[in-house]
Amino acid sequence: MITLIVRRVGELLLLLLGISFLVFGSMYIAPGDPASMIGGPTATEADLENIRENLGLNDPFLVQYGRYLGNAVQGDFGYSYQTKQSVADAIAVRFPNTLKLAIASMVVAVVIGLVAGLISALRHNSWLDFTSTTFALAGISIPNFWLGALLILVFAVNLQWLPVGGLSEPFYTAEGFKQLILPAITLGTGSAAMIARMTRSSMLEVVRADYVRTARAKGVKETKVIWVHTLKNAMIPVITVIGLNFGFLLGGTIITEKVFAINGVGRLMIDAIAMRDFPLVQGSVLLVATLFVVVNLIVDIVYTYVDPRIKYE
Amino acid sequence: MSTTFSVETPQVRTKKKDRFVVSTMKRLLKNKLAVVGLIIIAIQVIMALTAPWITSYDPATQQLTKSELPVMSEGHILGTDNYGRDVWTRIVYGAQISLVVAITAVTLGLLGGVVLGMLAGYYKKWDAVIMRFVDLLFAFPGILLAMLIIAILGTSLINVAIAISIWSIPTCARIVRGSVLSIKEKEYIMAMKSMGASDLRIMVKHILPNALAPIIVFATMRMATAILSTAALSYLGLGAQPPTPEWGAMIAQGQDYMWTSPHLTVIPGIAIMLTVFAFNVVGDGLRDALDPNMDLN
Repeated sequence: MITLIVRRVGELLLLLLGISFLVFGSMYIAPGDPASMIGGPTATEADLENIRENLGLNDPFLVQYGRYLGNAVQGDFGYSYQTKQSVADAIAVRFPNTLKLAIASMVVAVVIGLVAGLISALRHNSWLDFTSTTFALAGISIPNFWLGALLILVFAVNLQWLPVGGLSEPFYTAEGFKQLILPAITLGTGSAAMIARMTRSSMLEVVRADYVRTARAKGVKETKVIWVHTLKNAMIPVITVIGLNFGFLLGGTIITEKVFAINGVGRLMIDAIAMRDFPLVQGSVLLVATLFVVVNLIVDIVYTYVDPRIKYE
Repeated sequence: MSTTFSVETPQVRTKKKDRFVVSTMKRLLKNKLAVVGLIIIAIQVIMALTAPWITSYDPATQQLTKSELPVMSEGHILGTDNYGRDVWTRIVYGAQISLVVAITAVTLGLLGGVVLGMLAGYYKKWDAVIMRFVDLLFAFPGILLAMLIIAILGTSLINVAIAISIWSIPTCARIVRGSVLSIKEKEYIMAMKSMGASDLRIMVKHILPNALAPIIVFATMRMATAILSTAALSYLGLGAQPPTPEWGAMIAQGQDYMWTSPHLTVIPGIAIMLTVFAFNVVGDGLRDALDPNMDLN
């Protein structure tokens, strides 16, 4: 187990190196002169040359990349072209909102997904199964930004039960909790649908397994067959889907933050792309991608732990 | 061995292929949801192709005296938007945009994915390099990779198509590589090699046709993702720019008028959902019809 973890962490570090190279390289080849973006329209050629010299923009690509990487490891991701604020600070201020949203939507996705998937499998081919699978299919097909807009329309505009947007209050206050409900449902629905589909198919597969038939033949109570013999094994692939979805939810916050005007990393990224503020784009993309691969690594390790049949060489 | 080759004339092979296509289609048409999906896609395609004939309005021309008319207004069955543009017209032209962008993105993505997957699966020495590159692309969740590419190329619909195509490459490459790895060990490939067929010929004429089933299913499902992502990126302001009648951009514009004209948000969303749903169920149906045990991961 230890060897596996050490090896996977080693691979992760290499992957992170690759990600940083790709992200830095992408911004390097992107059209637009950073010096004139920093200097603004009034800067003279001498000013621009000064900026280039100070930031080391005249250095070869690999030198610049090495410097960026060295600084990034120490938490310095450069400064925004537009606001001149430190990228690390800009992200740090917004990251809690993004994380809050991702976790809340994960809770929504797991609760709805597991319940719907289990009901579907246990009442296979009933109207409950049909309703649940149809909803799951709709959940995958529905654009989440549209779902968010509809939820705002119904619950914020018409019924006025919940706020239209924002995520400024702490989540443990009544107002903060209310602010979190609609964004979490918006973002969690797609993942809930995927978890439901996976739970259903995994349960149906395990229910038909020989050992479950044997358990029934031995006269084990149906509830015990389901909750002890079936569920435990059926959950193994579901755990992977849940883990992978957490990573996707982190990516998905980008759109949800825009819909609900939440001040998070995703919105920071969209604005940065639109303004061609490359240091901000680099920093926020690096952060989200890093979190994604770290979460995937944890899922992988948990997976081996839960299912002892899996042995990595 | 030689008798087998002489019996398999091109005519016999074409007949076999036809039989396979017909039997797959028969199985697909038994799936009710898939049939619904096919009908929705057919309507979309007809709408997109006949746009100038099924509506007399222009999608971009403003008529400020007729702004924000509700659904079922005279002459405007789906109402008008804040600039007085006919919503039905914009939905119809939006179908054109969605389909063209999605088809371009999926075709380019397939091209890249098939080439990389083939090379990785067929040549062992290429495998490690290509698959590490694919792993690297997989490290970006959701549309993040597409957004990174748009950050480089700039915001426009063409760049959205390119971004989605690059985002499609890693999944496609993995699927193709998996198929190639299993097919290349088959006896008939060995036979072709011993007969002196070139690698290119073996890959294109003998491996590719046998790896087509998962590629077709992937392409269908990817159409759904591409349409959804085009809309999402345009919604974020990174794709279609006004006054282009793109569905996602229409939702973004409509959201500002949600209090007075909710139909501006609701209608384009229904269009996206129906289209995405249609491609998803047809993809599901195709997978079942071609091979229920197909592994797309």
